[in-house]
Amino acid sequence: MSEEQIKNLEAQFEARIARDEKIEPKDWMPEKYRKTHIRQMSQHAHSEIVGMLPEGNWITRAPSLRRKVALLAKVQDEAGHGLYLYSACETLGISRDELYEQLHSGKAKYSSIFNYPTVTWADMGAIGWLVDGAAIINQVPLCSTSYGPYARAMIRVCKEESFHQRQGYEIMIKLANGTPEQKEMAQDALNRWWWPSLMMLGPTDAESVHTEQSMKWKLKRKSNDDLRQQFIDQTVPQADLIGLTIPDPDLKWNEERQSYDFGPINWDEFWQVVKGHGPCNKERMNARVGAWERGAWVREAAMAHAEKKASKNQEKAM
Amino acid sequence: MKKNWPLWEVFVRSKNGLEHRHFGSLHAADADMALENARDVYTRRNEGVSIWVVESKNITASNPENNGELFEPAQDKIYRHPTFYDLPDEVKHM
Repeated sequence: MSEEQIKNLEAQFEARIARDEKIEPKDWMPEKYRKTHIRQMSQHAHSEIVGMLPEGNWITRAPSLRRKVALLAKVQDEAGHGLYLYSACETLGISRDELYEQLHSGKAKYSSIFNYPTVTWADMGAIGWLVDGAAIINQVPLCSTSYGPYARAMIRVCKEESFHQRQGYEIMIKLANGTPEQKEMAQDALNRWWWPSLMMLGPTDAESVHTEQSMKWKLKRKSNDDLRQQFIDQTVPQADLIGLTIPDPDLKWNEERQSYDFGPINWDEFWQVVKGHGPCNKERMNARVGAWERGAWVREAAMAHAEKKASKNQEKAM
Repeated sequence: MKKNWPLWEVFVRSKNGLEHRHFGSLHAADADMALENARDVYTRRNEGVSIWVVESKNITASNPENNGELFEPAQDKIYRHPTFYDLPDEVKHM
């Protein structure tokens, strides 16, 4: 194809997206669109998969059967969401194996929040309430993104995820209304998860390199700073309601903006965690790669069994 | 040699009376495992009463590049639609 032809195709492609048409796997797309989508969708899938680890830690120690079935179902959903997103990503011509390889080698990123430890039961509450809360704010606009398979996966993810946040908030309510020790535990979890949850919505708009292009492709519908403000405005009253204090001395309602003003975010910490120096980066990757390697013989045995069965069926047919 | 589990497409009938609809895909060693995985991945909340799985390589898909010759001929055949035909106002339902 000549350069002019490609330019022409690109212009038509951008126009289709501007008209709110969806792009489907076999449609022509610019290489950059394909690569950007593989990057974002796989990052999203990896986050779901690694996101199971901090919570898996508490399944056996959940304080009641009610809490245990809920947490188990939530972690199972996360596995499911990872699988929806991996499948959607594979429609762009990259294999599952390549995607795993990128995660395991550290080439691909996942959400930095999962590199923080879950040291008490209250962390299950804080993760559901804050981390899933922030994730939902990020994900809802993606239900109308331009790439069909991604949008369809996100619709299913969002539908399922609303229970995740509620189960987390319910844990916090119970603890906040419990003994002084339990309330202290809830406050401590909020103190530790608040700032990482704000960071999770991504670097400030001034630092965000992909925003403009992503907005055009509807991979992003609101800027990181707007999403963060939305998250803060919706979460502060929820903390007030259950008598917990947001750990930000600068947090103040701004009557004029009809929004909360908030204190500075420690972006050095964010970049440290992104670069692999968070409290649990190594532990998470070891757990993930270890599980993959320990499962190798199962995958091979299943394949061998399937082949043997297929060849037996073939013999019978002859 | 390492062989990866093949890719399967999953179709789910959400209730009797409705058709099976494409839900997504997954990897599995064989058809039985694909069905079991499909149940866990795509029907955790009563989304279905019946599942089909088919290995993705067995699906032949049309190419969007041929959309013109495939689908455009239908566009100017408006006489295939009921509104093409003139009826007297007295005829209320037909």
